[in-house]
Amino acid sequence: MAKVGVVGIGHTKFGNLSEFDLGDIMAYAATDALEDAGFLEKRKEIDQVIVGNMASGLFCHQSAVASSVISKMDMEPVPAELVENGPASGASAIKIGYMAVASGMADIVLVIAGEVMRKVTGWTGTEYVATMLHPQAEYDMGLTLPGFGGMFTRMYMEKYGLTERDLALLAVKNHANGAKNKYAHIQAECTIEAIADGPEANVVNTYVAEPLRMYSTCPVSDGAAALLLVNMDSPKAKLFSKKPIRIAGIASATDTHCVHNRKDPLKLDAVRIAGEKAYAMAGLTPKDISFAELHDAFSILELAISEEVGFFERGKSFLAVRKGETEIDGRLPINTSGGLKSKGHPVGATGVSQAVELVRQLRGEAEEGRQVRDPKYGMAVNFGGFGNNVVAMIFAKE
Amino acid sequence: MAMDAMEQKLRPPEIPLKPYPPKVITLASGEKMVVREAKREEAGALLGTIYPLLGVPADFYDIVAARMYSEILGWFRYRVANEFVLVGTINGVIAGIVTSRHVTPKLGMSLHTMTIKRGLRVGAQLFAAKMEHHLDILGEEEVYIVAESPNGFKRWMIEYELEDRSSQFPEVRHELGGVPTYVLTRPLWEAVRDVKCTGTRPVLDADLKTSAKLIMPSEYPQIPGFKR
Repeated sequence: MAKVGVVGIGHTKFGNLSEFDLGDIMAYAATDALEDAGFLEKRKEIDQVIVGNMASGLFCHQSAVASSVISKMDMEPVPAELVENGPASGASAIKIGYMAVASGMADIVLVIAGEVMRKVTGWTGTEYVATMLHPQAEYDMGLTLPGFGGMFTRMYMEKYGLTERDLALLAVKNHANGAKNKYAHIQAECTIEAIADGPEANVVNTYVAEPLRMYSTCPVSDGAAALLLVNMDSPKAKLFSKKPIRIAGIASATDTHCVHNRKDPLKLDAVRIAGEKAYAMAGLTPKDISFAELHDAFSILELAISEEVGFFERGKSFLAVRKGETEIDGRLPINTSGGLKSKGHPVGATGVSQAVELVRQLRGEAEEGRQVRDPKYGMAVNFGGFGNNVVAMIFAKE
Repeated sequence: MAMDAMEQKLRPPEIPLKPYPPKVITLASGEKMVVREAKREEAGALLGTIYPLLGVPADFYDIVAARMYSEILGWFRYRVANEFVLVGTINGVIAGIVTSRHVTPKLGMSLHTMTIKRGLRVGAQLFAAKMEHHLDILGEEEVYIVAESPNGFKRWMIEYELEDRSSQFPEVRHELGGVPTYVLTRPLWEAVRDVKCTGTRPVLDADLKTSAKLIMPSEYPQIPGFKR
């Protein structure tokens, strides 16, 4: 297989972009990536465009977004296809792009992912996202993703002794990072006194799906991100202005669609297996990872995922958070971008946004105060469904 | 004297209202927001704060700004009976404003809620403070409420589970045109007060002093690049 590297990254600011067309914001991110790579004028030499999106048909009443983006960017006749894998659509699009380059079918692939969710209210958006659950066993019963997040959190609390204050500590950490990230939806710090310890915390940090509170739940965001991939073994790799960041490992795995069919609902097998495959592909272990972007749509997932990919023993990750080990200057910084909690979660865009953060950190281009010291390997986990279709990625500085 | 006599005819009768005791809320950012009753002589700062938002259609800021501007002007010039204005300040800077009216000893009329500083539930806190004033301090039994934006509908009608009295129109109608009237009753308020309404009293002198002089915001998240 050819070595695959990232030579261009692009990102819109996440937030409320509902006045814009989905194709426009995707084109903005793609243009940003092409400018970063010094390849905008040569964009018709790209072999393949892969677009990631979860639910433009529901949120925007728009389909065939790949065609829309190509046209907006004046890139015809470059081939373009859409990849949909729920909230892991972004990382799945990267995986497909990676496969195209690694297999030799393409030398240069542009991956674009985006979502506009705020054309509808948050309530409707939550309902749309819930359509990825099992139609009869879950969706029809009124389950939503925050509902699952709440139940998962409750089980974890009862089994391992996690407290609501521990979840608040994650929010404080991630908001501190997101406040410095120019792309983040919520660029504001929060304090533990205000959201957990103080007399007004119960109202300031209100419940969303008990025991999950507002500061344990990601916002509903719009946004897009893009990557330009290249065959590092090809002479074309020399066409770009930036040194490639290598995709050392990328893998996905699935689990039962119905959460109730799992032997232990607290075990996220798809995360574990995707992580193990990505480590094997990269020839690395969890100890080699310098920092990570983990899919904290609900804060509990940052903890659970960090355990499944081997950073911490099961049920022990929150103890590391208490010690500050996952802060930006800690032993293993997690969610340096602010994570989904602060940076935002435009569902289809998230995996590519996580990859953009890996590249920014490995290049040393993160903003002052949230740049990891001399990172070698970054890992991202993009979580689809309620853990039923997960992608893990490991990027390396060459 | 002729002018004074005319002015007296123009002014509505007013009932002296109990004052709203100030409180302080620590927002998620750690910033302290002082919530207190605004004084008539502060109308200039309030109107100056609202004015730039008249041209912001997003999230219906324009209509809320236009209506609140007239409500505060009406209050300042004594053209609205028994109106009160609460203001939330962070280090003296106006973060949000609410307007409302005491109609009878049993009925309040919620007018508008304007959030300047977004993302910290400033509007939610000020709306709750307004309801606290109506029901806990003025002792009313019901407050009529309407929403003119989806955000308002979500925050008030859905989150407070307000009683929909729109089918009783025109016997039950809010003063703000013919939009559907919802009602916060005392039992509903008592069911949500603990999770919606917060704040610490008395406010420390040092905190209260920060709010003594209202400062108009120098920037608006709703208006990128705004310069006063």
